[in-house]
Amino acid sequence: MTYEAVIGLEVHVQVKTRSKMFSRVAAGYGHPENTLTDPVVLALPGTLPVMNKEALDKVIKAGLLLGCEIAPECKWDRKNYFYPDSPKNYQISQYDQPLCRGGFVEIELPGPARNVMGEHKRISLTRIHLEEDVGKLNHAEAVSLVDFNRAGTPLMEIVSEPVIRSADEAFAYLTALKTIMVYGGISDCDMEKGQLRCDANISIRPAGATALGTKVELKNLNSFSFVRDGIALEVSRQVAVVQAGGTVVQETRDYDGQTGESKSLRTKEMAHDYRYFPDPDLMPVQVGEEWKSAVRAGCPELPFDKQRRFQKEYGVPYTITSVLVPDRELSDFFEEAARLCGRPQAAGNWIANDLLRELGAATLGLAQSKVRPAHVAGLVRLVEEGAILSNAAKEVFVDMFRTGDPPGAVVARIGLGAQTDLGELERWCREAVAANPKSAADFKAGKESAINAFKGPVMRAAKGRADPKRVDETLRRLLAQ
Amino acid sequence: MSEELCYSTISELSGRLGRGELSAVELMRAVIARTKEVDGRVGAFNSFDEGDALAQALASDGRRAKARAAGADGRGRHLEGIPVGIKDVISVAGQPLTASSRMLENFVSPYDATVIRKLKEAGATCWGRLNLDEFAMGSSTENSAFRATSNPWDLERVPGGSSGGSAAAVAAGEAVAALGSDTGGSIRQPAALCNVVGLKPTYGRVSRYGLIAFASSLDQIGAFARSVEDAALVLGAIAGHDCRDSTSVRKDVPDYVGGMAALAQSGRRWRLGIPKEYFGGGLDPEVGAAVQAAIDEYRGLGCEVREVSLPHTKYAIGTYYIIATAECSSNLARYDGVRYGSRSKDATDALDIYFKSRAEGFGPEVKRRIILGTYVLSSGYYDAYYLRAQKVRTLIRRDFLEAFTQVDAILTPTSPTPAFRKGEKSADPLAMYLSDIYTIGVNLAGLPGISIPCGFTRGGLPIGLQAIGQPFKETELLAIAGAYEGRTDWRTRRPRL
Repeated sequence: MTYEAVIGLEVHVQVKTRSKMFSRVAAGYGHPENTLTDPVVLALPGTLPVMNKEALDKVIKAGLLLGCEIAPECKWDRKNYFYPDSPKNYQISQYDQPLCRGGFVEIELPGPARNVMGEHKRISLTRIHLEEDVGKLNHAEAVSLVDFNRAGTPLMEIVSEPVIRSADEAFAYLTALKTIMVYGGISDCDMEKGQLRCDANISIRPAGATALGTKVELKNLNSFSFVRDGIALEVSRQVAVVQAGGTVVQETRDYDGQTGESKSLRTKEMAHDYRYFPDPDLMPVQVGEEWKSAVRAGCPELPFDKQRRFQKEYGVPYTITSVLVPDRELSDFFEEAARLCGRPQAAGNWIANDLLRELGAATLGLAQSKVRPAHVAGLVRLVEEGAILSNAAKEVFVDMFRTGDPPGAVVARIGLGAQTDLGELERWCREAVAANPKSAADFKAGKESAINAFKGPVMRAAKGRADPKRVDETLRRLLAQ
Repeated sequence: MSEELCYSTISELSGRLGRGELSAVELMRAVIARTKEVDGRVGAFNSFDEGDALAQALASDGRRAKARAAGADGRGRHLEGIPVGIKDVISVAGQPLTASSRMLENFVSPYDATVIRKLKEAGATCWGRLNLDEFAMGSSTENSAFRATSNPWDLERVPGGSSGGSAAAVAAGEAVAALGSDTGGSIRQPAALCNVVGLKPTYGRVSRYGLIAFASSLDQIGAFARSVEDAALVLGAIAGHDCRDSTSVRKDVPDYVGGMAALAQSGRRWRLGIPKEYFGGGLDPEVGAAVQAAIDEYRGLGCEVREVSLPHTKYAIGTYYIIATAECSSNLARYDGVRYGSRSKDATDALDIYFKSRAEGFGPEVKRRIILGTYVLSSGYYDAYYLRAQKVRTLIRRDFLEAFTQVDAILTPTSPTPAFRKGEKSADPLAMYLSDIYTIGVNLAGLPGISIPCGFTRGGLPIGLQAIGQPFKETELLAIAGAYEGRTDWRTRRPRL
């Protein structure tokens, strides 16, 4: 018998805000322990929570981007449980009225080859709700210490329907979700900083069956590849259990990405009763149409929509768009360069290949790049005009990347530096004119563009190191004779 | 001389301070002396910081001198230099904050509650830490982990609770006024039992930021004072929206004293409702007679008195003990021995810290309520208890609002009995809970309520009259209370100590 996996993901995403969810203290990562605290975060006696509107804005934005229905009212509940990382011993969360319901994440499955687009699929969402993060326990030898810097950070929980069918789909889902969150400025989704955390609910059933099997919750999936590997492992574990005549036990399992193994944490019997009830310290907030419209106005184009547009509008191939689009700044960079030079494909190639290679080698981000869209556009134009040859252009690009000089200036500088022998330049020009009497005649007859026909051979002879302006002047002088 | 000062009203004292006949330091010294003289018997204070109080008074004198030099007459700053006692459940920066619990026995709070900030801005001296039933849970102040406060009128009896220390301090001349908190009657009931004025404002009128939460949807900070006008002055200082408390309401704070005076001048004929459900069994005959006499006095003032009905009254206690305990079970979860407060010395691991610290840190009534509240919120019971209680709460509020279509205020006894003997109800939580039978509905409905002295039993125990007002109509409520107060001299009587 063949089995299919039924997977639902619960993804926690920290919302990027200046201050915490219910207090004025700053939110952040990597600060000295217990410095991002105040009486509210530490739950000192008498303190009260006050909602951070920025967090609500961003979750509404996430909901709009994912096509969710936004609740007309934002209501807060308390989730009661004791744990030393939880200052109040209850978490302010949303129980029966999540801020967002429904919606979906469009994913792309791996294609048959790296340069071929894979199948697209929609993963339906159950809900998105907002809550506050807890602190962090650091276990020393004999004691455990709590750092409350993270406590109270706004945290979104995004729950998918159990419609994910494989580890690859789960990976693609997280990738797409992360891209959208980063696009929207909602979160940086850095898993190493705990800004995105994922738990998976996994069950199996005979292929084609409709009833759901017993689910196992898999925790501690600390990276995208752990999510994929952990799920793959759990699915095969369950299949093995069933094929050996056993039954899957409802439990929570812990995945260890280092060893690639999982072990049982707790079984169903120990499930919590969270005693949810509406938080009496926080009044429900009405989310009106006006509010939603204002947020909608700040919503970016979704990545896959942009990718389709790039392919259709600019004719840029998948191999390039799949590199440009996942990074919003890079895709904006591209659009600007394409607009300036009117040659989107060429601009795309420079950016997706040369720029990313140089940035990678220099371990720089796009924001630190001295090459700006105008540089790329200028270079594309120079090549287009035949002013420089493509292998010389590569060299010009590397120079621009290092110096930030405009391409023309770079060409002038290197061109002059390499080609000081004007006699040699004149000889190449003479040879080029002599080799192409038709174009010489055309030019003399008034066809201005015919001059370009000589530039290629001259540049080739000069190994690209001739100053285009001087080449132009020399050719004109010779042709005028 | 000293006792005279201590029993003066804010209005009298601020006049003398303003005319330079008295300094804030002199006043503070008198109050300190009085406290040292009587508090051994009364036990109103958990602690007081004499040096800090005198420093505040000195600063007040400095401000007054500076204002005078600048030509300001200091008018409108009635609380400048007035010692106001603080219930030990309201946070004052640098002072202990114990909630009369072992759990917070050594806790010093690093921040000012919003009401404290406002009192300080008004120039008042925040004075001492006043005893209460542990975490404000109780009606006799006997649940304090530290001391039982005595009723200044009969030291064998309780002062009521939970703000028993605040009521006793004002009654005994140990503070000119005091702040308390009222969740089910914790200001009004002790005020009635101690012959002082106790005002619980509308829910949302005063910020709760810095008040240790018992039941968040019911708690409200209010004032104890020697007169209705004094209560109005304190309310005027502490009321107002606070961006640190989402449940505080964005409404302007009126001039309560000016408004009261204007209403008194206008000669308005108040329509007063007497809820028939509040005069049934369990009401002490002497209390009933005194309240009837007060109602007659209102008739004599030309007020229109009519019977009203609050049909869901009988469900108030049950509803209250579901909602209040549910909220407290969650609110008190933070007292776990991890970040602050008492941690059991015997604890070996995290779970053990919780179990032992909470077992040792909380008293029996607090534990009883946490267990009750945990139960009513449990999966499978939530709908039957908490959800239903919220629905009944809505009905109770509707009863009041319906009555207010016919009347301006409702008059009732504050407490069914005068002060009872210490220990009398300790073994019977239900009997203790019934002490708040007339006050609880007001909290469930979020209304303002005031208790004013309305007589004494033959045995010399004070009796209180409760007036219940419409939401955010404290001015009218104060005017109605003031109208009766002006016709009687109950408030001027002093206990023999």
